[in-house]
Amino acid sequence: MSNVSWIRRRRAGARFWGKFRTRTAGMAGLVILVLAVGLALIAPLFIDSSVTNVVSGTSEKMAPPSLDDPLGTDESGRSVLEMVWWGSRTSLLIGFLAALLSMVIGTVLGIAAGHFRGWLGAIILRITDWFLVLPSLVTALVLAAILGGSTATIIVAIGVTSWPSTARLIRAQTLAVEARPYIERSLALGAGHWHITTRHVLPNVAPLLLASTTLEVASAIVTESTLAFLGVSANKTSWGTMLRGSYDWGAATAGAWWYILVPGLCIVIVVLAFTLCGRALETVLNPRLRTRAA
Amino acid sequence: MTATPPVSQPAVEALEETRARHGLLRYAATKAGGALVSIAMVIVATFFLFRLLPGDPVRALAQGRNMTPEQLDLERARLGLDKSLPEQFVQFVKQTLQFDLGTSYEYKRPVLDLIGERIGSTLLLTGTALVMAVSLGIWQGARAGWKPGSRFDKFSTAISLVLWSVPTFWLGLLLLMVFAAGVGPIPGVFPTRGISSVDAPEGFAYVLDVAQHMVLPCLTMVAVVYAQYLLVMRSSVLDEVGQDYITTARAKGLRDDDIRRRHAVPNALLPTVTLVFMRIGFVVGGAVTVEAIFSWPGLGQLFYEAIRVPDFTLMQGTFLLITASVIVMNTLADVVYHLLDPRVRSA
Repeated sequence: MSNVSWIRRRRAGARFWGKFRTRTAGMAGLVILVLAVGLALIAPLFIDSSVTNVVSGTSEKMAPPSLDDPLGTDESGRSVLEMVWWGSRTSLLIGFLAALLSMVIGTVLGIAAGHFRGWLGAIILRITDWFLVLPSLVTALVLAAILGGSTATIIVAIGVTSWPSTARLIRAQTLAVEARPYIERSLALGAGHWHITTRHVLPNVAPLLLASTTLEVASAIVTESTLAFLGVSANKTSWGTMLRGSYDWGAATAGAWWYILVPGLCIVIVVLAFTLCGRALETVLNPRLRTRAA
Repeated sequence: MTATPPVSQPAVEALEETRARHGLLRYAATKAGGALVSIAMVIVATFFLFRLLPGDPVRALAQGRNMTPEQLDLERARLGLDKSLPEQFVQFVKQTLQFDLGTSYEYKRPVLDLIGERIGSTLLLTGTALVMAVSLGIWQGARAGWKPGSRFDKFSTAISLVLWSVPTFWLGLLLLMVFAAGVGPIPGVFPTRGISSVDAPEGFAYVLDVAQHMVLPCLTMVAVVYAQYLLVMRSSVLDEVGQDYITTARAKGLRDDDIRRRHAVPNALLPTVTLVFMRIGFVVGGAVTVEAIFSWPGLGQLFYEAIRVPDFTLMQGTFLLITASVIVMNTLADVVYHLLDPRVRSA
């Protein structure tokens, strides 16, 4: 039985890939993403965390781009290129893990809110709406400031404040799926809560989840950089921390454009790539959007 | 008159009107109740969140100061930290309900006074930026959505996607570098920080001075916030384009511009404007960042300073106020939407 369903799934996957491939913007985003993640993964082969060490900077301080330092140096004479490269690991890691956390919370609570009618669902929905209203950046700032700024707490702070929109989306989708007749058939055959939610609802919401997670990674990276810039992150390197350094050392007034431009452009390019990818996924997966965009 | 008098049309309308008004009142009451519950949840959550703080808050605030153990105990008693957790909770709730948000460690002044001083400049900056962002976003979104796939539409979508990907603070840094410090041929014409010059003149010149200080922060906020209004307005106009009444208007021979302005936009406006208020939390986050970069002496900067120090009483107070006002704004938007849109009201 599982053999049949796997063949079917593989076919659906191939169909999906065929459709996704036609979306130029989405493909461009995907290529950039693969490139960025690849570069972040191979970074340890060429450099190590010593590039962020304040005393290891041997070049001239705040030097403009030159042959030795293609992207200039910062206030301690560290190479901006090497720091951006090493920092991509932190920024991407936090982006992915925070989005993952947000997705897990959002999916579990969203499916629960849609599946369990009655008081349990109502309470979960109420809590979701409450979190949805809270200003997420402000809440994340408070959480990070209270829990300390380690990588783990930043991930928690972002994940805990960004799940509600996923939960609403998944709840709506769960309600739609559970209204279908085959759920009734399944119930008649004696399926329990666990079987229905994991075997029927989850596979149905999974594609949508993929699109929403991709977009979530984008906003998590922006949030991470903002938290780091506002000084609640204890991370030594991330693109946000670098920009904090550029602000603290007056790079803007000193005209050290490379120090501000390079980390910022990294954020924008990666975030834009995730956004393009996520939007393309949404369009391919959502028939209503597809006809409109055409 | 026959045995069953046909109710006249005006009477039916009046009846429906009354019913609608009662419905609205009930709706508003339910929403207000919900908002109160939400605010209560915020107060409870804040209490436990700030008790999660690792270590002893008194010791933390005594850092760098010479304090004897007796003084520490006195400070503990003053803050009510010598009592049990339930007692502390009751005291916290009581004080918060009386708008007593405690005393700032850093400023040695009541948090509420500090907030009162700062709130005006925040409202000035956020209000101006919001009005500009909303009008620009709605105007551009309506034009883009009216002709989907046109060059204007593609340009608008591209620009909003890029702006959406730009972190607020980075945009602020760029503007600082280009227009405040000056790059190459561009002279630095705008001040880098604050709301007014140290030697600010009186009268009308003062207004101009503040306006000059506001240009860059305002621009940053508008750029970041307006992108999402554009996208929302675009998609709601897009929803209207295929509707029957638009076809009818076209069949009547109305000019294209007239159909857009007088038929499509008013219908598309409502969901957009509501969403503007629904996402006010996002704007608040932007305000914190912008005020931090440009040292704009508002609530956001107060909150940011509280985090930097860290001054937990001040952080707690500003957090409570910001969250509560966002909840109130959301509820208001909900009720106003209900009031304005008959489609929602009858449902």
